[in-house]
Amino acid sequence: MSFEIPDDRRYLESHEWALEENGTVRVGISDFAQDELGDVVFVELPETGDDLTQEDEFGVIESIKAVSDLYAPVSGEVTAVNEDLFDAPELVNEDPFGEGWMLEIDADDTDELEALLSAEEYEDQIA
Amino acid sequence: MSERSDDASAAPRAEGVRYDQARYVENGQYEPLLSEKDLTRVEIGAEGDETDDGDGGDGSDSPLPDHLTRDSLELPELSEPELARHYTRLSQMIYGIDSGPYPLGSCTMKYNPKFTEDVAALPKAAVHPDRSERSLQGTLELLYRLQDYLGRIGGMDAVTLQPPAGAAGEFVGIRVAAAYHEHNGEDHRDEVIVPESAHGTNFATAALGGYDVVSLPSDDEGRVDLEALEAALSEQTAALMLTNPNTLGLFERDIERIAEMVHDVGGLLYYDGANLNALLGRARPGDMGFDVMHYNVHKTFATPHGGGGPGAGPVGVVDELAPFLPAPRVREGDKTKSGESTYELFDPEHTIGHVHGYQGNWLVLVKAFAYIARLGDAGLSDASAKAVLNANYLASQLEYDIPYEPFHHEFVASAGDQDAADVAKRMLDYGVHPPTTKWPEIVSEALMTEPTEVESKGTLDRLAAAFNAVAAEDDETLEAAPGRTTARRIDQTSAARNPRLSWHAIGNTDDE
Repeated sequence: MSFEIPDDRRYLESHEWALEENGTVRVGISDFAQDELGDVVFVELPETGDDLTQEDEFGVIESIKAVSDLYAPVSGEVTAVNEDLFDAPELVNEDPFGEGWMLEIDADDTDELEALLSAEEYEDQIA
Repeated sequence: MSERSDDASAAPRAEGVRYDQARYVENGQYEPLLSEKDLTRVEIGAEGDETDDGDGGDGSDSPLPDHLTRDSLELPELSEPELARHYTRLSQMIYGIDSGPYPLGSCTMKYNPKFTEDVAALPKAAVHPDRSERSLQGTLELLYRLQDYLGRIGGMDAVTLQPPAGAAGEFVGIRVAAAYHEHNGEDHRDEVIVPESAHGTNFATAALGGYDVVSLPSDDEGRVDLEALEAALSEQTAALMLTNPNTLGLFERDIERIAEMVHDVGGLLYYDGANLNALLGRARPGDMGFDVMHYNVHKTFATPHGGGGPGAGPVGVVDELAPFLPAPRVREGDKTKSGESTYELFDPEHTIGHVHGYQGNWLVLVKAFAYIARLGDAGLSDASAKAVLNANYLASQLEYDIPYEPFHHEFVASAGDQDAADVAKRMLDYGVHPPTTKWPEIVSEALMTEPTEVESKGTLDRLAAAFNAVAAEDDETLEAAPGRTTARRIDQTSAARNPRLSWHAIGNTDDE
């Protein structure tokens, strides 16, 4: 099975993706992750204004199979939360890289993203 | 309402007077079931007025808000045969150990012999625990003898019967271990080692006990990896939790070496009694070097599985840990003048305290006692022999691959390219209960199977036929299953996304 891995963003080993634009980093989980989890039934996210630290837990995702922690790809303040996921967690399954996004973070230091995996490296990890 | 001033306590009461214990007589009248002096009386319509001028009864005078009152109750009116058939039909819509084989691996779903229910229903078993020790001698003797039976079966020196479930027993066991370390000035020990294949409760117990959980991988043969264990052990180690035979049904051959390694760093060895049914009368955790263990009486000793009801998870320990067991325990007292044994309650010296009211779930313990006493040494050894024989015979009849051998009372087959959960759903269509699925994770698409000693060869053959019929079917058939059960496949996703958390009727008379 092959999974979509857009190369416009960076990845965590724990399967989150980070897409940076003008210092704002959008966060979600990968196609591989949503497939492994199965039907997502609940997503718990922080609130706008919360401060996150890179690699710390920022939320919880629950599927019919498992409950997993979500990890922040970068430190900074949460500027937006995808509230659509509260009523429609299936968006994570249907469109993990688009409509299924979770957070936007105003990054303290976008250089932190350098430590994350490239699309190619992430592909090797899940191969 | 002149009746209200009557003294005749048994006289029927008029509408509008409510008793907390009453029986309907006729024409809206009630009579109290308790004597007059015990009555709590609610007078409808009195509204702060202590005179008896309210007529009550028509709802509008109720002290409750209108939306909380109703004019009539639609109580079902059925004849006895209608009622009997209703409940009989409901009982036939489910599947239990009284319906057929129930090979849920690790759960040891053995038949619960009905004589143990009879014993627990004896009038003499219904004693109030607050009675004096002198008047409870029979009860205390039974508890003492059960402590003794369990101690001898597990090779343990002291036993508490208090914990009300297996998981509660685990928690008590780990708390006792922690109290032991603290007493010895070793409270720096903050790690509990748990094999990856262990029951989820082990991880939870260690974490709830305040420990960091160190996960231990299995070796290629499915047993404890000694090198990994060596690396995991340290001065921080409080305990290693193991079950033997392990989750794959494999006997940990190196158990004596493992015990030595754990003891060398000052740790304790914890035995999860989940798989004790394989060893009954043949090998004892205490002899292998375990220091503390819990017994799952619902598995090994055939008491009903709790299902949320009362259970029991006794804990046994070696001498060094006995002073820390929960209080009270039962011991022998001085003999009477005529030479009879007496029994008394006592608090262990450094007890961790009470973990349940009185002696635990007494009637469950009575059933476990009755089972052990009825089977005796020979019967218990025979049970474990047949449990192992049945698992091995069933396995020999299956088409599915079984990657890890030699197993004892249970085995883990792999559904291969099939989805184990679908296999389970399809087995229901063949009229048998499926095995535990998708666990342990070291076997892909695991079918963890434990037939127990109670099944005959004929039943095992029927079970094997169900496995093999499903093994030969295509994914489409499996995904559509079950098709022959009372309930079809549950939509787990919708149930989780849109849970309906309180009961309400499906449709009503307006919809019909």
